[in-house]
Amino acid sequence: MNIMKYRKIWFGISLAIIVPGVISMFLWGLRLGIDFTGGSMMEIKGSQDIAKVTSIVRGDGVEVSSVQKTGANSLIVRTKEMSEAKHRDVKKKLSDALKVQETQYETVGPTVSKDLTMKAFELIAFASVLIVLFLAYSFRKVPKPVSSWQFGVCAIIALLHDVLVMLGVFSILGHFLGIEIDSMFVVAALTVIGFSVHDTIVVFDRIRENLIKRGSDDFEELANDSVLETFSRSLNTSFLTFLVLLTLFLLGGESTRIFVLALLVGIATGTYSSIFNASPMLVVWQNWKTKRNK
Amino acid sequence: MKKRRNWIKVVLIALLLAAALVVDWPGKGIHITFKPLHIDLKGPDFKIKQGLDLQGGTSITYNADLSKTPASEKQNAMESLRKVIENRVNEFGVTEPVIQTTKMGGQDQITVELPGVKDVNQAMDLIGKTAQLDFKELSSQGTPESFGLTGKDLKSASQTFDPNTNQPEVSIVFNSDGAKKFEDATAQNVGKPIYILLDGQIISAPKVNEKISGGRAVITGQFDVKEAKNLAIQLNAGALPVPIHIAQQQTVGATLGQQAIKASLFAGVLGVILVMLFMALYYRLPGLVADASLVLYAIFVLAIFKVLAITLTLAGVAAFILSIGMAVDANVLIFERMKEELHHGKSLNAAVETGFKRAWTAIRDSNLASIITASILFLFGSGTIKGFAVVLIIGVLVSMFTAVNVTRTFLRIVIKQKFLTSPKFYLGAGKETDPTSFKKLRGAGK
Repeated sequence: MNIMKYRKIWFGISLAIIVPGVISMFLWGLRLGIDFTGGSMMEIKGSQDIAKVTSIVRGDGVEVSSVQKTGANSLIVRTKEMSEAKHRDVKKKLSDALKVQETQYETVGPTVSKDLTMKAFELIAFASVLIVLFLAYSFRKVPKPVSSWQFGVCAIIALLHDVLVMLGVFSILGHFLGIEIDSMFVVAALTVIGFSVHDTIVVFDRIRENLIKRGSDDFEELANDSVLETFSRSLNTSFLTFLVLLTLFLLGGESTRIFVLALLVGIATGTYSSIFNASPMLVVWQNWKTKRNK
Repeated sequence: MKKRRNWIKVVLIALLLAAALVVDWPGKGIHITFKPLHIDLKGPDFKIKQGLDLQGGTSITYNADLSKTPASEKQNAMESLRKVIENRVNEFGVTEPVIQTTKMGGQDQITVELPGVKDVNQAMDLIGKTAQLDFKELSSQGTPESFGLTGKDLKSASQTFDPNTNQPEVSIVFNSDGAKKFEDATAQNVGKPIYILLDGQIISAPKVNEKISGGRAVITGQFDVKEAKNLAIQLNAGALPVPIHIAQQQTVGATLGQQAIKASLFAGVLGVILVMLFMALYYRLPGLVADASLVLYAIFVLAIFKVLAITLTLAGVAAFILSIGMAVDANVLIFERMKEELHHGKSLNAAVETGFKRAWTAIRDSNLASIITASILFLFGSGTIKGFAVVLIIGVLVSMFTAVNVTRTFLRIVIKQKFLTSPKFYLGAGKETDPTSFKKLRGAGK
């Protein structure tokens, strides 16, 4: 099997997934939860009468952003930030009128939310830079003309690919299914970054080993061999991780479901990118370097 | 020589396992009683701390307004704020509250976690109160006049009992500034009442019997224990050194948390069993060895959680499951490598050793990358993210030990057993590898 030969197809598949997601992000943006926007979120159990709940909360002078059905006989009410006094008042009015119980309540002030948004970007950028540096150092023994920096940069491109896929998929899910992004999504994204780099490094490690053993005369073939040699490991590990996550998604708690979904999307794209993007990109880069030097 | 070293490792692993099991033992620790010799051994009592999202409860983050506090005193002010809030929460009888000062983007914050509290409203009222305490006297014209003695001068207040009458009362302690002011005030008002006001409301008007120096005073009156306690709490409330405002609040119902943990635990265990089945079926004997080290891995990680008193949140559970994936990955890497070596005609012994050696760089580098990411999360993340990162770091570190060292130690023993060396026990490599060469080479490798 020659994976490198069909690299244009692999890149094409990636684009086919990323482009709709990016378009969705431009058109509809991301559906951000109160962790990012600030506001209050109340989960109540015992009624799914959206119209009535909305009118009761509005009647109390609270601006309602959305009321959504969730789980068995529960509703999630999202509003502008409520003061604690207001929250108690709303809670009392709801329980008086509909006999509902509050199962969860969360309120986030504007300073906290602004901070989290900034922090999410900073953390991802910071982690990426450190990983490039680490790989450049760890792969310093690869023989010339291949440079260890190429490994770091290609791993990061694969990583950004995964983050883009996750954001795109959740932008589309947000628009059509109302799924929100919260601070747990940031955790999921960072986990996927770790996993994606983990996966990429395993393949790169084999390229490194083969480079030291065989030299870089036919880099394309060498990269292809390395990917194939690590192929069953990549599939097995991803399959096993996927298996655990899938049982969690299907049978686990309601509150972690979106988080696990984000992980599932991320692990799938992470596996794909480490096999079909990172190494082929290395080949493209190396071929380009060779051509330029001729 | 090499053989003996391997057995030493087995003993070490067994000792570690024994220690971990003692820690992991549920309930009040292990309790061994041996009557004839009067021995009563009691193991340590460790508990896994559950986060609020698992056991239910309320978490409130306050922004502290330090704009009026001099820079040099900021740290002190935050610490005393934490203490005051802690006192008040403790007086309320909340079990295991967590009160922490944190910083987020330059904003000083204080986070209060109240697990499983039913009376959250009352507790919050008490914490959030930024009441101003004031002491006043009646002037000659009959109008109240302030002494300039405020909550700032108060060190603490607590509910006590009069040693003579056993009546509940409130003891207050002033700081040195306050003690001086209080001494002057009482000297001028012997025989007259002093009014103690909270938010402009008179909460007590004790009569001054004599000049009081030393900064200690007792408020007596017609109150029962509960009222005296509340007064003490209120007085402490008035002594809040820094104004605070709610920045973030989260309440999770106890049942929701319990449901979540039960469902996730069940799914997690089921997922791991599926993984172990796959390993055993796909890699056969080495797979079983990997399964054994995976069980050890879980036991070790649980023990570390308990010893380090790590609070387990939903994010932490997710990180734990993810780290299981990484632990399995290390063994998958090693076994795939062993399989390759067997295909190249190496002996079983040599294949095992080379498999571990060659797979090591990949395991090391990929796990280091995970640790780098997790460390950044730990250092700069907050709350949920931090909890996730801690568990991931512990998980990756332990997995590097169990998946590499423990698996190798056991596997070295397993391949020494003659009856276990048939190729059909290994990695499904038997089909493609010529059985005779496999056996012959095993002999040659010795």
